[in-house]
Amino acid sequence: MDPNFLWVLSGSVLLGTSSGAIGAFAVLRKRSLLGDVLAHAALPGVCLAFMLTGAKELFPLLVGAALTGYLGVKCIDAITRWSRIKEDTALGIVLTVFFGIGVMLLTAIQHSGAGNQAGLDTFLFGQAASLVGRDVVVIAVAATMLLLAVALFFKEFKLLCFDRGFGEGLGFPMRQIDNLLMALIVMAVILGLQAVGVVLMAAMLITPAVAARYWTERLDVMVLLSALFGGLSGMAGAVVSALGPRLPTGPLIVLAATGIFLISLVAAPRRGLVAKTLRYLGTRRKVARENLLRDVYEQHELSFDGTGVASDALQGIELDRVIGESSSPGRRSRLRVAQALAKEGLLRLELTGETWICSLTPRGLQAAWDVVRRHRLWELYLTHKADLKADHVDRDADDIEHFLTPDLVARLERLLEEHHQGPRIWPSVHPLDELRR
Amino acid sequence: MDSYDLAIIVTGALVAGSCGFIGSFLILRGMALLGDAISHSVLLGIVLAFLITGDTSIVPMFVGALIFGLLTAVMVQALNRGGVEGDAATGVTFTAFFALGVVLLTAFAGRVHLDLDHVLYGEIAYVPWDLLYLGDVAIGPKALWTMGIVFLIDLLVVGAFSKEFKICSFDPGMAASLGINVALFHYLMTALVSLTTVAAFESVGAILAVAMLIVPGATAYLLTDSLGRMLGLSVAVGSLSAAGGYLLATWLDSSISGAMAATAGALFLLAFLFSPTHGVISRALARRRVGHRGESMLQ
Repeated sequence: MDPNFLWVLSGSVLLGTSSGAIGAFAVLRKRSLLGDVLAHAALPGVCLAFMLTGAKELFPLLVGAALTGYLGVKCIDAITRWSRIKEDTALGIVLTVFFGIGVMLLTAIQHSGAGNQAGLDTFLFGQAASLVGRDVVVIAVAATMLLLAVALFFKEFKLLCFDRGFGEGLGFPMRQIDNLLMALIVMAVILGLQAVGVVLMAAMLITPAVAARYWTERLDVMVLLSALFGGLSGMAGAVVSALGPRLPTGPLIVLAATGIFLISLVAAPRRGLVAKTLRYLGTRRKVARENLLRDVYEQHELSFDGTGVASDALQGIELDRVIGESSSPGRRSRLRVAQALAKEGLLRLELTGETWICSLTPRGLQAAWDVVRRHRLWELYLTHKADLKADHVDRDADDIEHFLTPDLVARLERLLEEHHQGPRIWPSVHPLDELRR
Repeated sequence: MDSYDLAIIVTGALVAGSCGFIGSFLILRGMALLGDAISHSVLLGIVLAFLITGDTSIVPMFVGALIFGLLTAVMVQALNRGGVEGDAATGVTFTAFFALGVVLLTAFAGRVHLDLDHVLYGEIAYVPWDLLYLGDVAIGPKALWTMGIVFLIDLLVVGAFSKEFKICSFDPGMAASLGINVALFHYLMTALVSLTTVAAFESVGAILAVAMLIVPGATAYLLTDSLGRMLGLSVAVGSLSAAGGYLLATWLDSSISGAMAATAGALFLLAFLFSPTHGVISRALARRRVGHRGESMLQ
């Protein structure tokens, strides 16, 4: 295998891993686009360092980049603190003005014909494909330091991201911790600049972290995943770009990260789009079934003059009374629900002459009773505890009846028994005669 | 100063004017970074337009840029609703589009007469030589005409809906309660931003376009409290940056668009320090005056 390729590969993986890990904190700290600003603000530093030293030595250039990057961050703080300009605008101002100055200096250097300035502009688009052994050693040292710092200060950064005030209360020096995190972000950015360049550096910090957020609710897992995604993107970018002559490594790394993000967006187990849609459909189906069961129960109840429903004396009800007349909205979907319930043996459907007659089976009655009980419990709770009028509570109960957990139902029952609310299922607190929907 | 200098300064002033004008609304709406994102995403639109039509004419480029400008705004909003925090959503979207644009641009470099450096930094220095012909008669630099027309469109659209844009900028909630379609105006503004950026792109590059979207508007925001005056001032500040930047660039022999952005930054710094109403120094002086008066009243 081409040794050159191995350098590029290991450099990209190291950069991806370290910026992924630190990016998780940058995103949670709501400093996502700071990386973008830092990357742009580093350019004048690179140029100034070159003008001062006259050499293209990597280390002084990185120091220059770090200094102007840090100055840029301070400028954002100053602008938002001392004027009425909001943070997003301040970010934009610092980004474009610093970068403008950088481009100005860069072109001035190029036009002055100062020796070996060639290669300075690789900072703009990254030069991952031209990483050599010496660069990779620098990167490896820096990346190890970054990862070590993240591991050492994990608890402190966690406090900073989630509850800064609590950290202050515990006596942690939160300002210094914030500055440390900032310094680490600066370091990750100026390192990453060499691989992906100014414009795409933001993606190295943000995209793996946002993707990782989809898979977990735990910070430690998120940081590990984010580092892993970053490293994978670095690897994929390096490998793919080695396949063809005109495939730039930096943008490919970013595209790989975007791919991981898209997969996470769609397929992540709890927060992904597929899981969310399935959950939504499931809930909708449950609500539609329970509503229909309750409607049938209440129609039965009307024939029992409000004293409860007995399973052996159920009279059939015209289906139209439950699902609506032939032209009413929603009839079609309610009909489908009724058919599904009939198939499962909860509802009995019989054709008598021209009309369909329905009634609850014993199992259906049990299920319906469950829903109605939750509905009525909540109505009673609202009328007794929240002092709402009986004719105001139906809608609220409609919303919540599907989501009362058995635990809550038990607590409600205990509460209401203290108020001597009679039989296990109570008559409705309001008249049932009109069709609700 | 000859006609060459004049053509560059006027083009720069038109870019700065139209960007500053539209950018003022972005600043008021807290969408400054959306402008930044759009100006990067349109690259993909431009490259795709080239690849599909194989043509360097301006119309497909505009259409491609417009589509991806709007797509950026839509994507950011969708991700936002899906639980990704605003800045992160912006960052993910525009870097993805930009990276794809760069990959396509490099992979098909032979077929696309588009230089990446050129797109990013523009080359306003070539503007005077790229003439527009009406029949056989040269009627001036192409970029000058494009920018002029775009500026006119911006003025007309904003002028026609000035009340709606104003209310949407300051109080979207109130706008909605008045029956104004806030989303429609959001996307209309996004479309204007895309249009203006892509027109500016060609002549001055992405960087200057974003700089002019944000910096002159922010400067004007520190100088006045009236929207009308802010719009006028941002156009003026933008034009001043263009002229000053050109002089600076000739003096330093450097990139013109970079120098224009730097000049805009310097003007912002001046306003930040010395604005009569919102400047840091004038406010400090005012506080001291109030302090003195308080002391003399106590004595």
